[in-house]
Amino acid sequence: MTADYNFAYLDEQTKRMIRRALLKAVAVPGYQVPFASREMPMPYGWGTGGVQVTAACLTPDDTLKVIDQGADDTTNAVSIRNFFHRTAGIVTTEETEAASIIQTRHRIPEAPLSEQQILVYQVPIPEPLRFLEPRETETRKMHELQEYGLMHVKLYEDIARHGHIATTYAYPVKVAGRYVMDPSPIPKFDNPKLSDCAALQLFGAGREQRIYAIPPHTKVVSLDFEDHPFDPGHWDEDCALCGASNSYLDEVILDDAGGRMFVCSDSAHCRTRRKAGHVGPLGAPYKEEDA
Amino acid sequence: MTGMPLLRVAGLSKSYGRRVGCTDVGFDLWPGEVLGVVGESGSGKTTLLNCIGGNLAPDAGKVVYDTRADGLRDTLAMSEPERRMLMRTDWAFVHQNPRDGLRMAVSAGANVGERLMAVGARHYGRIRGAALDWLERVEIAAERIDDRPAAFSGGMQQRLQIARNLVTGPRLVFMDEPTGGLDVSVQARLLDLIRGLVRELGLSAIIVTHDLAVVRLLADRLLVMKDGRVIEAGLTDQVLDDPQQAYTQLLVSSVLQV
Repeated sequence: MTADYNFAYLDEQTKRMIRRALLKAVAVPGYQVPFASREMPMPYGWGTGGVQVTAACLTPDDTLKVIDQGADDTTNAVSIRNFFHRTAGIVTTEETEAASIIQTRHRIPEAPLSEQQILVYQVPIPEPLRFLEPRETETRKMHELQEYGLMHVKLYEDIARHGHIATTYAYPVKVAGRYVMDPSPIPKFDNPKLSDCAALQLFGAGREQRIYAIPPHTKVVSLDFEDHPFDPGHWDEDCALCGASNSYLDEVILDDAGGRMFVCSDSAHCRTRRKAGHVGPLGAPYKEEDA
Repeated sequence: MTGMPLLRVAGLSKSYGRRVGCTDVGFDLWPGEVLGVVGESGSGKTTLLNCIGGNLAPDAGKVVYDTRADGLRDTLAMSEPERRMLMRTDWAFVHQNPRDGLRMAVSAGANVGERLMAVGARHYGRIRGAALDWLERVEIAAERIDDRPAAFSGGMQQRLQIARNLVTGPRLVFMDEPTGGLDVSVQARLLDLIRGLVRELGLSAIIVTHDLAVVRLLADRLLVMKDGRVIEAGLTDQVLDDPQQAYTQLLVSSVLQV
C-alpha cells in the first residue's frame, strides 16, 4: 500500500456517506437508496458502484475476493483486486470460504456463504421496471404504492412470445414481501441462493447512483405465474473438468467442428472440487502446479 | 336504478395560471347514463374530463363517486393508492390518441391483461383467456393477440384500448374524442361497438367530443361548454333540436348536412 492514497482510495467523508446509504438500504430491504456516487478511476460499467460499496465496507483486517462471471482470473476481477491491494493493502484471496468480502459481477459463488461474509454486487441498471416504464417519477410511485403488475406484463410477454418465461438473467425478485428488485444480471440459476442467504448482500450501481441491500436470512421470491412457475434451469451435461452436476456451467467452444465442453463458471468451486479428487470426463487429475 | 347518482361533480374549477381551463362545472351522472360534453376546441372539455378522471388535480370543487365498497366518496379527498386503485378497476379512461392509452412495446394480449395483472391476477392461462374473450368482443381477430399495437390500424388500436379498459368490468368510462382521427366508416363501426358495449354492460360514460353526430348517437344527456363554462345542459335531442343559447345554435347549425 502506498501512502499516497487514503485507505481504500475514497476519502473518509465519502465512505461515511456511502455507509449511511448502506444502513438505510439494510433497514429497508430491496429499496433503492440514492447516494452521491463518485467518479472512480475506471469507466462506468466496470463496477464503479460495487467498488465504492466495497471501499466503504473494507477494514484493514478484511480478506477480499473479486469475481467476474464467476471467475477470479478475468480482466475485471484481476484489476479490481489489484486496485484494492494497492490502495488498501489488504489481503486478497481466490477461495470463497477464506474471503470476508466478495465483490461479484453477474454470479453468486457456488459455495454456501456464512454470516461473517459480505457479498457486493455490481449493478448496471437497478430499476427492474425501467424497460417498461421510462419515467423515474412513475417507477418511484409504483414502488411506493406496490403497483407491480407491470413486472408480470413483461413475464406475460415472454410466455406469449417464447412459450415460457425467457428472462434468464436479471430475473426480477420480491424482497421480504415488499419491494420488487433487480438482482443485477446474475443468471436466474442463482436466484434461489438470494433467499435466506446467511451473508449480507449489498448492491451498488455507480452510474445510476443507487444502493440497495438484502439483509442476512431474508426471504427473496422470484416472480412467476401460477401455471408457469419459476424454473432455475438445468444442464444435461456435468462440468467437464470436475464433474459437478449442480453448478452453473459455461459453454466453451473447442474447435470448428462443433466440439464443445461445459465447465463450472465458478472457477474457485471447480478448483476446490478437483483438489478434492473429483475429475470430469475431459479433466485430468489435479496437480498443484496447475494452480 | 338506485336513488343515488353514480357520480356527482360540483363547483369544479381548474385554471392554468391566468388562463381558465374550466370554471364552476357541476352535474350528476346516473347509473347507466351516457353524458356527452360538446364544445369547440379550447372550451375546457378535456380539462374537465382529466380533472374528473383523476389525471389532473382541479383547483376547486368536488367529485363524489359512489364506490362499490363504501358508498359516496369524494375522490379528490381519497388517498393516492385508493384513487389509483379506483382508476384501474372501477373506472376506465379511453384516450383520444390510442398511443396515450396503450403500451406500444408489448403485445395486444399483454395490453388487455395488464389491468388484470395490476389487480393481482397471476394465472397466465386465465389472463390469456380473458384477453382472447375481450379481443373477440371488440372484433379483433384472435390470431392478432401476440401482435404489437403498432402493427394495428388506427381503428383497431382504438378498439384495443377499449378492450384493455373494460377488462376489469368498470362501471364508469371516460372517453376523450374516441373517434378522433378515424375515417367515417371506421368511426361508424366504432360507435356501433361502443353503443353495444355501453348498453350490454350497463356502463355509465362521459364522452367528450366536438362531433355532434357522436353524441346524437351515444349520449342520453348533453353539456355544452364554452370558455370553460357549461352554457347549456339537457337531454341530447332537446339540446340539439331546440338549442336555446346563441352559441349552441351556432354549433348545431355549423354541422354540414350531406
